[in-house]
Amino acid sequence: MNMVVCVKQVIDPEAPPASFKINQSDNTVVPPSGIPPVLSPFDENAIEAALQIKDAQGGKITAVSLGINLLRDVVKKPLSMGADDLILLEDEAFVNGDSLSTAYALAMAIKKIGEYDIIFCGRQAADWDAGQVGSGIAEILGLPCVTLAKKIDITNGKARIERVTADGYEVIEVSLPALITVSNEFGEPRYPTIKGIMAAKRKQPIVWKAADIESESSKLGATGRRTKLLKLFQPVREGECEIIEGESPEEAAVNLALKLREAKVI
Amino acid sequence: MADYKGVMVYGESTDGKLAAITTELLGCGRKLADDLGQELYAVILGSDINGLAQEAIAFGADKVFTVDDPLLKDYQSDSYTPVMEKVVKEVMPEIILLGQTSLGRDLAPRLAFRLDTAVSMDCIDLSIDPESKLMLQTRSVYGGNAQATFTSESSPQIATVRAKTMSSMERDDSRKGEIITIEAGLDPSAIRTKVLEKVIEEVEGIKIEDAEVVVAGGRGIGSEEGFKQLGELAKILNGAVGASRPPCDNGWISDSSQVGLTGKIVSPNVYIAVAVSGASQHMSGCSGSKNIIAINRDPDANIFKASHYGVVGDWKKILPAFTSKVKELLDK
Ligand SMILES: Cc1cc2nc3c(=O)[nH]c(=O)nc-3n(C[C@H](O)[C@H](O)[C@H](O)COP(=O)(O)OP(=O)(O)OC[C@H]3O[C@@H](n4cnc5c(N)ncnc54)[C@H](O)[C@@H]3O)c2cc1C
Repeated sequence: MNMVVCVKQVIDPEAPPASFKINQSDNTVVPPSGIPPVLSPFDENAIEAALQIKDAQGGKITAVSLGINLLRDVVKKPLSMGADDLILLEDEAFVNGDSLSTAYALAMAIKKIGEYDIIFCGRQAADWDAGQVGSGIAEILGLPCVTLAKKIDITNGKARIERVTADGYEVIEVSLPALITVSNEFGEPRYPTIKGIMAAKRKQPIVWKAADIESESSKLGATGRRTKLLKLFQPVREGECEIIEGESPEEAAVNLALKLREAKVI
Repeated sequence: MADYKGVMVYGESTDGKLAAITTELLGCGRKLADDLGQELYAVILGSDINGLAQEAIAFGADKVFTVDDPLLKDYQSDSYTPVMEKVVKEVMPEIILLGQTSLGRDLAPRLAFRLDTAVSMDCIDLSIDPESKLMLQTRSVYGGNAQATFTSESSPQIATVRAKTMSSMERDDSRKGEIITIEAGLDPSAIRTKVLEKVIEEVEGIKIEDAEVVVAGGRGIGSEEGFKQLGELAKILNGAVGASRPPCDNGWISDSSQVGLTGKIVSPNVYIAVAVSGASQHMSGCSGSKNIIAINRDPDANIFKASHYGVVGDWKKILPAFTSKVKELLDK
């Protein structure tokens, strides 16, 4: 089974909300100081999904990441978890795109990788939260796509996928090759082992520039954008919290109930 | 762009009726269409979809396009995308709105790429720019820490919309509109997926999306047993139990109870957050609540910044006393 997993380096989405700052002059997010970036958590779920298939029936996993200034410690995580190869699309020409131009570059890179049975993506990147790149790659490569997977079984060249829905899940069968996006319901990704970390340290990622993949430059990065970002801003929170006190926790609880009743909240 | 006209709402149904998100989209779409001086369309795909078109008219649509075909019984991107592509090419709407639902999340990007255009996902505000006449698409980004406004110059302009961010119009059954059927024209061999089963995880009591009171627990609840205690309070208040993500990941409560960016969007009258820290991804799902009440032992927890009332302390001591006092007050 040949598998490709797309992973993205993002600002830590679980950093304290107070550390989140925007540079209004150019509509960008200021990376919080002292908090290193991470792989988008859903992408780690996607690596886990690929690793489980590899564990069960063997295969090869290639991780692909697009961006610039990629921290090797961050983007090598798939290798330390057990992936075989890492390809970085690290070129100014690829960045500042929107979902479509990003999907296009990834799709062209995957075409160059050549053989694949399953392409995995996380359900959405934890920075822009769009959740479009997986569908975009599938559309460009002409593949079927199943989104929001929480369980995947492979039998006889087909994948049987449990897809998360609003009040449960549906079981979908899809022929391979296919693209699958993975949700956190899939379960915790494994921790890298010491052995894995050592192996990842020795392994050099393969870096591809725009000239290394067959692509039309007008469709890449910022030039390929269809959407224009007019404004990035932090919503203002109004109002103040009234803290209800008491001599003891129990008394504070009673006072809260009385207050809510008095204010006709309950 | 001149050839594209009209605002089209993608209609979904639950239990044979238009879904709440669809009536919300019709309300929002009506405003956009009026601002552009254009018509509001609805499009409904499925199998045995009688009655829905009339309902869409009652909620504001001028024209409804229906595609009724047994192959459309279950949503699959391989069947729905080509049908929507066909509808869009026939009708040429300038704007298409879908809900940010399990269907919309899947269909909208695929459709946008098929049509060689763009989509903004999970919008919370849409309006028409008076000058450019383009749709201003505001969506939540960075897990709810920020919002971003986009435009797109490629047609049609597509957006998915978060539940409970738009208001429906009053249902008016005297409204007149036109219903037009379109053939699916599907090639069954092009459908590479098969829906084998649909599993609904029933939760007891009121659905969380419909509840007027939600009692939500976070990681600090610590166990399934703890959630039973939240359940007691919810029952007394005639509400539903919700959760942040960790309790769902840990199996203390079903995944369908998760509130937030990747879970349910709720806007009850009362949202009681117990041992929830108030991460932006969680608040994305409940910040529309009228009254947020927090119980947390950490006085600096972010949840207090978003709450109206709060108690600082151990929920294990606070909740039982609160529950019995509430019961006493409501019994009176
Ligand atoms: C892309 C992305 C999407 C996400 N989507 C969602 C989503 O949809 N919904 C969601 O909820 N999360 C989501 N998350 C996770 C989110 O970032 C937070 O990690 C999560 O919401 C934290 O849950 P919590 O508040 O229960 O846990 P914590 O942040 O660990 O907070 C636990 C709180 O409990 C308090 N506490 C502990 N013990 C007690 C006690 N005995 N008495 C009183 N208080 C106590 C602590 O003070 C603390 O404030 C997402 C994350 C990412 C990256």
